[in-house]
Amino acid sequence: MTAVRIALFVTCLADTLFPEVGKATVTLLERLGHEVVFPQGQACCGQMHINTGYQRDALPLVRRYADVFDSCDAVVMPSGSCAGAVRHQHAMVARRYGDERLARAAQAVAARSYELSELLTDVLRVEDVGAYYPHRVTYHPTCHSLRVLRVGDKPLRLLRNVAGLELVELPGAEVCCGFGGTFAVKNSDTSTAMLADKMRSVLDTGAEVCTAGDSSCLMHIGGGLSRLRAGVRTVHLAQILAATRTGPAGPASAGAP
Amino acid sequence: MTTFLGMPLAPPGVGHLRGTEPFPVAARRALGDSQLRRNLRKATTTIRAKRAAAVGELPDWERLRDAAQAIKAETMAHLDSYLEQLEARVTERGGVVHWARDAAEANRIVAGLVQATGSTEVVKVKSMVTDEIGLNDALAADGITAYETDLAELIIQLGEDRPSHILVPAIHRNRAEIREIFLREMGDVDPALTDDPPALAEAARLYLRRKFLAARVGVSGANFGIAQTGTLCVVESEGNGRMCLTLPETLITVMGIEKLLPSWNDLEVFLQLLPRSSTGERMNPYTSMWTGVTPGDGPQQFHLLLLDNGRTAALADQVGRAALHCIRCSACLNVCPVYERAGGHAYGSVYPGPIGAVLSPQLTGVQDNATLPYASSLCGACYDVCPVKIDIPSILVHLRARHVEEERQQRRLPSGEAITMAAASWVMADSRRWQAAQRAASQAGRVLGRGGRIRRLPPPLSAWTAARDAPVPAPVTFRQWWHQEHGDQPRHRNQAGRGDQA
Repeated sequence: MTAVRIALFVTCLADTLFPEVGKATVTLLERLGHEVVFPQGQACCGQMHINTGYQRDALPLVRRYADVFDSCDAVVMPSGSCAGAVRHQHAMVARRYGDERLARAAQAVAARSYELSELLTDVLRVEDVGAYYPHRVTYHPTCHSLRVLRVGDKPLRLLRNVAGLELVELPGAEVCCGFGGTFAVKNSDTSTAMLADKMRSVLDTGAEVCTAGDSSCLMHIGGGLSRLRAGVRTVHLAQILAATRTGPAGPASAGAP
Repeated sequence: MTTFLGMPLAPPGVGHLRGTEPFPVAARRALGDSQLRRNLRKATTTIRAKRAAAVGELPDWERLRDAAQAIKAETMAHLDSYLEQLEARVTERGGVVHWARDAAEANRIVAGLVQATGSTEVVKVKSMVTDEIGLNDALAADGITAYETDLAELIIQLGEDRPSHILVPAIHRNRAEIREIFLREMGDVDPALTDDPPALAEAARLYLRRKFLAARVGVSGANFGIAQTGTLCVVESEGNGRMCLTLPETLITVMGIEKLLPSWNDLEVFLQLLPRSSTGERMNPYTSMWTGVTPGDGPQQFHLLLLDNGRTAALADQVGRAALHCIRCSACLNVCPVYERAGGHAYGSVYPGPIGAVLSPQLTGVQDNATLPYASSLCGACYDVCPVKIDIPSILVHLRARHVEEERQQRRLPSGEAITMAAASWVMADSRRWQAAQRAASQAGRVLGRGGRIRRLPPPLSAWTAARDAPVPAPVTFRQWWHQEHGDQPRHRNQAGRGDQA
């Protein structure tokens, strides 16, 4: 297929806390023969503000996203929930404050914004990315990937094509891990109860790696597993897909908290 | 000159729409109750599976949902004329229609109607709305005893408990607990009563039959009211409703104004959606319908009370009004991971779970139920199962914004959270400020982090580290790495950072 020029929206979380996820996204897309650009003006999609009730404070972030990615053919982000915010909330925020022009601009950019597994399977039409990852892995479909973006089995199709990878089904996979952004702080007890059940499901699989398309949910699940010294690590989908037998992002290098 | 006084809300001090403590506090206590956790987990898991199977049988399920959503939206858009149509049809058929602005007025009207019959007892069909307005308490204050006849409502009433679920109000009780309540409260129960469900049901049947045969006044809610014909409809599983709706001389039905459907044909859609969503049955066992009074058959006095109690205020909210489409199936409760763990009492209101979190704050005003819109991880499972396609997560997000905006107007000084959010927005709206903040986070992380993880953070983030490690900010951020690797090349058209001045 012809090379596509893809703008990376790395997300504020991956930029600051999980840069390996951003690097893996770049490595993967470049290995597939595409050009990746990183518009420096980017920062955050504003999801935290929107979902905590601070929509007015999200407005400059919505405007910034629309401005920065205005002329890009395709924008990719290693996050289902950020893609969900861009596609389902940005125009809504603009309209709440009567900015119809921004709402239309936001919608136009949103239509070209993709979560990683969507970009790979829907736009680049690839399911076997040539990855090698010899580990027992379980996949948690994050809520916004599953129910806002409706990515369905796209991540699983990508994972099934990874050489060496043993994919184990996660019991109760579709149940929320309890993260929910500021929910994990405002309702930390309920969040912890949900996390406990998710961790039990992960541990029941006997997998050594729990993967997902969102660093935020992985930070939550991984933070719980790490606290319990459970011996299971969380690794972003991008890191698994970027791993090869010989490449720089080899199997041992991937690892969130 | 006219002054807009705002829409009337459900008043405080009457009924059950407000809790006594914030959701996180009530939830914390419930989470520690292992018996409750077990009961809820078992019940919701069972009913989820039943619903999924029943829904899976219908090839046109999604089209039914679309139809229901459209019918409800159309009904709400013309609610005024449909309500008057209903009133006219009910009156033509010999019923009497009453209008109540709020819970207090509704309770006064019902008590007056019961007193006019000379009776001091009423039998009740399970109804959410009479619990919403606290009718039983109000009747008791006027010397009238209300007997709940739905099995679960009976368990709640005898146990001096509060319902915790829309459909199965005693979901938090297991059968051993129910046996204890019956032995203690029913008076003449065989002490050898076991906790076998048929035995418990038989004990309730014997107890209730005496009430049915003696009662002269019945009180019900309504699942649907048909504007076109004036027909009221109650769906139920136990047959107690049929008894209450047919045996007494006088029937008083309390109906929220949003329960309307325009035409008889609309029942085709809703009677398919409701039982499958609610109990996971293809059809509920008893569907009772009545239109005014039929001479020589059933109650000869029929009163219909139409209740607002904050519904018009909800209707005035362009986003929030979709919550009025709810048909009280409780499918959203059963799939909600928050409800499954915290239980219904934590929500404070008679309407728990996701739908309660969007309905109660609109009926009372957001300030009076301010923690409910945040009692969700926005996982979206509720939206997927809602038979009338209420986008609950979007309404939750909208109500959070309403809450923040109202706080901003009312407080003299902004809250710490508001200051933090404004600061974060300011920082994130400019890439230079953002990079400076990243450097600060990285330095703080190196101070706090041990062995690649942070075990304790200061408040409010201490709530996170109470149960989870936090990651240490990377020494080299992604954008620093990118700059090292790529320098200024390849340079994107927008790379100069358009909008940095925003």
